[in-house]
Amino acid sequence: MNKDLPRWATAFVMPVLNLLSALLVTALVIHLLGESPTESLAILVNSAVVNPEGLSYTLFYASTFIFTGLAVSIAMQAGLFNIGAEGQMYFAGLGLTLAMLAFDSSLSPWLLIPTGMLGAALFGALWAFVPGYLQAKRGSHVVVTTIMFNYIAASLMNTVIVKLVPPGEQNPASRAFSAAAEMPRLNEWFPVLGETPLNISFFIAILALVIYGVVVSRSAWGYKLRATGLNKHAAHYAGIRISKMIIIVMLISGALAGLGSVNSIMGSTHYLSLNFVGGAGFIGIAIALMGRQHPVGIFLSAVLFGALTQGGFDLSLEKQNIPPETVILIQGLIILFCGAMENLYAPVIAKALKFKK
Amino acid sequence: MQPAVEFRGISKHFGAVKANTDVSFAIAKGSIHGLVGENGAGKSTLMSILYGYYRADGGEILLDGQARRIHNSQEAIALGIGMVHQHFMLVENMTVLDNVMLGSEGGFKLNKNRARVEQELRDICVRYRLDVDPLATIHDLSVGAQQRVEILKQIYRSANILILDEPTAVLTAQETASLFEILRLFKEQGKTIILITHKLQEILDITDTVTVMRGGRVIGAVPTAGTTKEDLANMMVGRPIENNLPRAPYNPGTPVMHVENLQLLDDQGVKLLADIGFTLRAGEIVAVAGVSGNGQSELMEILSGMRLPTSGKLDFLGKPLPFGDRTDADGLPRTFRELGIGHVPEDRLRDGVVKAFSVMHNTIFGYQDKLKNKWGLLDFKAIAGRCAELMRNFDVRPNNHDLRIGLLSGGNQQKVVIAREVLAQPKLMLVGQPTRGVDIGTIESIHTQLLKLRDEGVAILLVSVELEEVRALADRILVMCGGRITGELKIEEFDTTRIGLLMGGMHKS
Repeated sequence: MNKDLPRWATAFVMPVLNLLSALLVTALVIHLLGESPTESLAILVNSAVVNPEGLSYTLFYASTFIFTGLAVSIAMQAGLFNIGAEGQMYFAGLGLTLAMLAFDSSLSPWLLIPTGMLGAALFGALWAFVPGYLQAKRGSHVVVTTIMFNYIAASLMNTVIVKLVPPGEQNPASRAFSAAAEMPRLNEWFPVLGETPLNISFFIAILALVIYGVVVSRSAWGYKLRATGLNKHAAHYAGIRISKMIIIVMLISGALAGLGSVNSIMGSTHYLSLNFVGGAGFIGIAIALMGRQHPVGIFLSAVLFGALTQGGFDLSLEKQNIPPETVILIQGLIILFCGAMENLYAPVIAKALKFKK
Repeated sequence: MQPAVEFRGISKHFGAVKANTDVSFAIAKGSIHGLVGENGAGKSTLMSILYGYYRADGGEILLDGQARRIHNSQEAIALGIGMVHQHFMLVENMTVLDNVMLGSEGGFKLNKNRARVEQELRDICVRYRLDVDPLATIHDLSVGAQQRVEILKQIYRSANILILDEPTAVLTAQETASLFEILRLFKEQGKTIILITHKLQEILDITDTVTVMRGGRVIGAVPTAGTTKEDLANMMVGRPIENNLPRAPYNPGTPVMHVENLQLLDDQGVKLLADIGFTLRAGEIVAVAGVSGNGQSELMEILSGMRLPTSGKLDFLGKPLPFGDRTDADGLPRTFRELGIGHVPEDRLRDGVVKAFSVMHNTIFGYQDKLKNKWGLLDFKAIAGRCAELMRNFDVRPNNHDLRIGLLSGGNQQKVVIAREVLAQPKLMLVGQPTRGVDIGTIESIHTQLLKLRDEGVAILLVSVELEEVRALADRILVMCGGRITGELKIEEFDTTRIGLLMGGMHKS
C-alpha cells in the first residue's frame, strides 16, 4: 500500500517517523530508569555530533557501518538476506592480519594498505561464498547458512587467534602491525579532531557508496541484479544466470563486509583481537533496512548508528543508571520500527494526503 | 418486481482516476445480466463496490429495493452476494470440503460439522449437476472443476446474487457449455447472475440483459435479444471493430523450427510432453490450441530456452538448438534470444515484466546487455529514445515511460512486451496467450501487429486457449491434449466442434 505514496513520503517522512518512534520508546525506558530523557538526549547529541572529537568517533564508527550496510544492501538488491556480515567481517580480519603479518615489514604504506584491503576482501568473500554457492546450487536458504557461518567464524577465530598470540602475551590478540600498516588518520590534517581514530577509510567508504550507487542503478549488471531480486521468474525468462548472479553477489557482499575490518583494525587497533567486530555486521542489517538500500540512505543511517554508538557510550559513562547496553536497546528499537514495522505510518500518511486533496 | 440489484449514481475515484462516474442500472431478479467493457472501463471497480471491497464515493446500492451499505465482503456474503473471481481463491493443498468450510467453520471443532457439510455439498452437487467430489484435493482438480468448487462454495453460502468475473477465460468450449448449464439452473432457481466477460458471443448465448461500460460510465443497458456483437463492440470501444484483419496470402517460406519426437518428463517421471513433432516455416502463424495445462506452456518454455527437454530433435534454422549437455536451463534464454527467438510469455506478470520497474526499464528487459554506452553503463539516453519510439508505434498508454509497469492495464503491459520482442527482429516469435485479460480495442491492435510480423516473414508459434483468436490469426492449427499433439488442421478446416473434441483428446473418433 505504501507503493501508492509519493517518494518523499516513503524515502524521508516514514523513516524519520519510525526513528522518532524508536527514540520515544527509548525516552520512556530512560524515564523508567530514573533519568531525564531530555538531559540524556542532550548528552547523546553533544557527545556524538557537537563535540569535534565525538563527531570524529561517530564518523569512525560510521566508516565501518557503511561497509557492512553496503554488504547487506547489495545482497538485498538480489533478494538475498545476508545475515552473515558479522562473520564475514570477522573472518576478513584474519585475511587482513595474515597479509599484514607477512608484509608489514617489507612493503611501503602505499602498497600495504591495498594489500590489507585485498586480504580482507578476499577472506570476506570466501566466507560468503559457501552460503552463496549452497543457495545457488542446492537451494539452502542463505539466511540459515549465513547465521551458521557467523557461529563457525566465531569458533574458528577463537582457535586461530590463540595461535597468533605472540609468546609471553596474555591478550587474545595478534601482535601489533608496524606503523607502515596504519591507515592515515584525519587528525594529521585536522588537529581539532584530537586523538581519534577517524582515518581515510571514511573516504574509501564514501567511494564505495558512489560505486555501489552507479553499479546498481546505472549498469546492466545492476539492472540484472535488481531484476533477479524483484522477480526470479522474469529474470530467468530474460536469460539472466540466476545461480551465477547469486554467487557473485554474495562474493561482493562478503568482500564489502570484509572491507569493514580495514577501518576497525588498520585504522584503529592495528592488531587482530577477539570479537573485534562487535556487532557491526548486525548493525549493517539495520542500516540496509533503514537506508532502503539507497546509497544516501545507507550513509545517513550509518552516521546515525555511529552517533548512537559514540553517544550511547558517553551516556552510560555520565548517567550511572543507564547501562552501556542501552545503545543496543536503541538499536534494537530502530530495527524494530524501521524494519519489522516500516509501514506502520503508511496508512496515516495516506489518509493525511487524501484529506489534503 | 423489485430488481435484485440496483445501482444508483455510483461514483468512485482513485486519486485522479475516475473509475466509476454516476453509474446507474438495475438487474432483474432471476436474470442473467452481462457486464461488458474494456479493461479499465470500471466493471471490476463496480463489482468490488458491490462485494464490499471498496466504498463508493457517492451513490447507493439497492438490494431488493432496500438501500444497503456494504462495508466488507463478510457483509456482502451475509446479504447473499457471492463472487467467483477470475483467479480462484482456493487453498491448493486442502480438500474441496475444507475450502468450502473455510470462513464458515461454525465453531472451534471442525470435525463436528464436517460430515454434515459433506452431505450438504453432495446434495448441492446433485441438484445443480456439479461434478465435484467434496473430498478431492484442489490441486488434483482441473481448472474447470476448480471453478465448479468456487460456485459450489457460493451456493453453500446461499448466495442469491452470483458475480462471475471472466469465468470462461480458462475453460474449453465443452467446459464453458457445462458452466452455462449450471448458470441456467441457477437462474431457474430464482437466483441472479452477473456475468463479467470479454467474449461477446457468451453475452449473446446466455444473458438476458447487458450493460456496457466505457471509461467508468454506463454507455448502454439493453436487452440481449435486441442487440448484436457488432453493436456491443461498438459501444465498448466507441468505434467499429474490424473483424477480419487484412493479411497477405499464405505463402510459407523455409523451415524455421523443426521439432521431432520431443519428450519431456518431470522430476517424478510423469510425461508432460510426448512425441511432439512439427515444422514451422517463415511467414506463417501456427496456433497451438488446447485447454491450458496440456503441455503448451512446457512446449513454449523449451523452445524459448527456459526449460530443458528430456529428449528430442529440435532444429532452428537447420541447426540443433544449443541445449548441449546442460543440466539446467539457467541463462539459456539469453542464448536463444541471441539466435533470433523472441518470446512473449503466457504469464506476462510472472515472466514477462518486472512489475516494480518502470515502463522504460521493462523495454530493455532481456536486451539490457546490448544498450551500453562507452563507459559500460546503461545508455539511458538511447534507451529513452528507443522506448519513446516503441511506445508511439504500439500506442502504449498512458504515454509516460517513468510509470511503473505494474500500474498499466494488462493490455498496455502486453503491448510493451510484444513491442520489446518485435524490436529485436526475431526469426521465430513464440507468443503465449497474447490477449489474455486484454480488451477488444487492444486485441485488435495486438493481432494487427502479429499479422504484420507474419507478413514480414517471421515464423510465429501462437499458444492460445481462445478459439476466436486461433481463428483470427492462424494459418495452421495444432491441437494439444495431455502433452500430445492430437490433431492438425488447416485454417480452412476450422471447426469448433472438431477442435473441441481434439482438445478433449478424442482424436480417434
